[in-house]
Amino acid sequence: MLKVVPFLALIALIVLAAVPFAVSDYGLGLLIGAVTYVTLASAWALFSGHTRYISLATVAFYGTGAYTVAVLNEVLPYWAVLAVAALIGGAMALVVGLATLRLAGVYFVIFTFGLAELVRQLITWYEVNVTGTLGRYIFLDITARGIYWQMLGLAAVTIALTAYIQRSRLGLALKVIGDDEVVAAHSGIHLARTKLVAFAASAVILTLAGAIASPRWVYVEPAIVFNPTVSFLTVIMALLGGANRLWGPALGAVPLFLIFEFLSAHFPDTYSIFLGLLFIGVVFALPDGVLAGLDKLKAKRTQPKERTA
Amino acid sequence: MALTTLILGLVLGGTYALLALGLTLQYGIARIMNLAYGEFTLVAAFCLVALFQGAGIPPLWAMIAVAPAGYAVGWALYAVMMRPLVTRAGNSGRLEVDSILATFGLLFLIQGVLLVVFGANFTSISYLDQGVRVLGVSVAANKLIAFGICAVVGGGLVLALHFTRWGLTLRAVAQTPGSAPLVGIDVNRMARQGFALGTALAAVGGASVAMHQTFSATGGVVFTMKALVIVIMGGVGNIGGALVAGLALGLVETFVATAIDPGLTLAATFAIFLGVLLWRPQGLFGRG
Amino acid sequence: MSFLVVDNAVKTFGGLRAVDGVSFALQQGEIVGLLGPNGAGKTTLINLISGALPATEGQISLDGVRLTGLRPDRIARAGVARTFQLVRVLPSLTLTENVMIPAVFGAKSHWGPEARAVAMGALDRVGLAGRHDATAGALTYIDQKRLELARALAAEPSLLLLDEWLAGLNPSELLEGIALIRELAQSGVTILMVEHIMEAVRALCPRALVMNSGRLIADEATGAALADPHVIAAYLGEGADA
Repeated sequence: MLKVVPFLALIALIVLAAVPFAVSDYGLGLLIGAVTYVTLASAWALFSGHTRYISLATVAFYGTGAYTVAVLNEVLPYWAVLAVAALIGGAMALVVGLATLRLAGVYFVIFTFGLAELVRQLITWYEVNVTGTLGRYIFLDITARGIYWQMLGLAAVTIALTAYIQRSRLGLALKVIGDDEVVAAHSGIHLARTKLVAFAASAVILTLAGAIASPRWVYVEPAIVFNPTVSFLTVIMALLGGANRLWGPALGAVPLFLIFEFLSAHFPDTYSIFLGLLFIGVVFALPDGVLAGLDKLKAKRTQPKERTA
Repeated sequence: MALTTLILGLVLGGTYALLALGLTLQYGIARIMNLAYGEFTLVAAFCLVALFQGAGIPPLWAMIAVAPAGYAVGWALYAVMMRPLVTRAGNSGRLEVDSILATFGLLFLIQGVLLVVFGANFTSISYLDQGVRVLGVSVAANKLIAFGICAVVGGGLVLALHFTRWGLTLRAVAQTPGSAPLVGIDVNRMARQGFALGTALAAVGGASVAMHQTFSATGGVVFTMKALVIVIMGGVGNIGGALVAGLALGLVETFVATAIDPGLTLAATFAIFLGVLLWRPQGLFGRG
Repeated sequence: MSFLVVDNAVKTFGGLRAVDGVSFALQQGEIVGLLGPNGAGKTTLINLISGALPATEGQISLDGVRLTGLRPDRIARAGVARTFQLVRVLPSLTLTENVMIPAVFGAKSHWGPEARAVAMGALDRVGLAGRHDATAGALTYIDQKRLELARALAAEPSLLLLDEWLAGLNPSELLEGIALIRELAQSGVTILMVEHIMEAVRALCPRALVMNSGRLIADEATGAALADPHVIAAYLGEGADA
């Protein structure tokens, strides 16, 4: 069973890579969106899934990636722009992590809660006062298919990395931290370093996702790329599928992205009300995600009499 | 110039202190980290404006209704939404994460409603905005009234918390929720009261914001963030600390806005937050 | 040379001196009881040695290595393992994973089959063999205590700190528990155990330290310590529930 999954995943990846040849432009747009959210939700869960340190700053990194491309796309070659974006995302994560991850989880949550707004305001201030241009254009010779393939690659790398980490010392350490930090520390786990490494890895992926997706916008300004809905959707997707499962975030991302697309097209004014209700519903009804819910159901069916044991 | 900054800073700080007081009650007593706090502030602000513009009800009168309405909303919300989470968490420490997630969802829900009802534009009213001279500086009367309201409500609450039996009970729950039941305190009831009271303060703070500031439906995050930073600066659950830290943040922010740039006020908040985290994470007035 | 040296350890909380100038030394392989009425500062002392709390003053060293000022994970890797007064198991992990943790992250840094083998060995030793894949959250209280001890053992520690590990066991479990600790002591681990059950202290510890109000009031042979008028006064003064 365990050997089959990677093989199936590889076949799925090949099929998914071939799909752009068979769909319309609209379909391809949907695919890009779905794969982007699979990446974001999986990368978010890479850190927050096991540790239960809830990061509300997804769009702070995602937007930074996009903005980096907007600033540098005419100055540096594309691969160098991506590298710079990754470095900036990693550096931001280190600053946030060093300030908050030594302390209780709530400080981290609070810092990430306002982070996107802070970055947005700082960039706006800088653009208005220093460069004098609010709003930039991205002229890159990258097709929608190109973006799709890059994002698919990033999603595959993210899930593979998650699988690798779950089998590594780092993954075990993160799990222990999520259960009990005191026990973790007294067992020899370096708390701050463990959290920092995982958070930085997650942040680099989120930033890269923003950078890769950015050419789709063409025109970029802080209010567009730092849209808080992205952070919100990422969290609810990961939670819905199961944030501590390898495939949980991906499983939550695809249907929710489609629902989101449908709602924002048909109820542009009220969709955030629906999403808020949906989010609260998930927190109440499926606190550990669909996959854990299914497991529980299965366990109840197969061994109803083992309760006493 | 310096005196103007000082007075305007204190006026702003008064509102912040009141908001932080409400948040520290919710987190300290009810153990709910309420990320939708700023949205409650905005709801009250919009209601005040709607009552003024739609029905001609003067803000000062509306204010009298806002506090009990906020209390009722907070009470109901705790009973319907927070209490089940508290029950589910038991002693597992899971409440913090659950409350963060649930109120994060609530934030988007309320924001969505505000956007539908009031739109995305910046809103303000002109009410009692003639200047009054204070120590030789001209300050809009509405600012002084807003500050007065914050001082009376905040000050009254601080006195009540320190000198009444009810206040003692609330503070006991804030300090040791585990052993409060041993001396016959109904922790659940106190938590509900703390949460409701916090919501009432958010509403009063929002109403006073509406009297003298411009605001929009998407600005709740900034209010929550500032209130959170003040709470941490003052030390979680520390009432006096929240008041002093709130005034301090108001001063710093007004100084940054006048001397450097109004676009950097949130950056100033974060800079203070960073400083507190690195230097005294238990709060400037915390113990240990 | 002494193995564990605690020199004038002080811990204050605001105005309260929870540990007030405590000094003592343990020899390698010794098993010593740490006694005293509730609130005497025993658990705080354990927390200072294991690094859960930083000491306000004083020095603590293990085998010549200074522990004061180190983070708890560094102290754990230096060979100190502990249990907790209120049992702390990791509820979402399996028994094997629970026990593997200090083997993986401790001084020896085992990984893979090796770490698993250490974990299995420790589980077998405390009598949890055959339940390796159960989830820790589902265990009974005594089994959670066993699990916690197994976890401490899997660290392969040179100093083991037990904080009322025997509390809450029924008489037959208590005998098992005592036998288990004796076996550990014979394998050469140095043990400092906080304990209220005098029967166990008498059976296991040739020497006892007694604390009261943060101070060390006795450090002598267990029999003498328990007959010491100061010690008796300390217990009676606190309500004599021991």
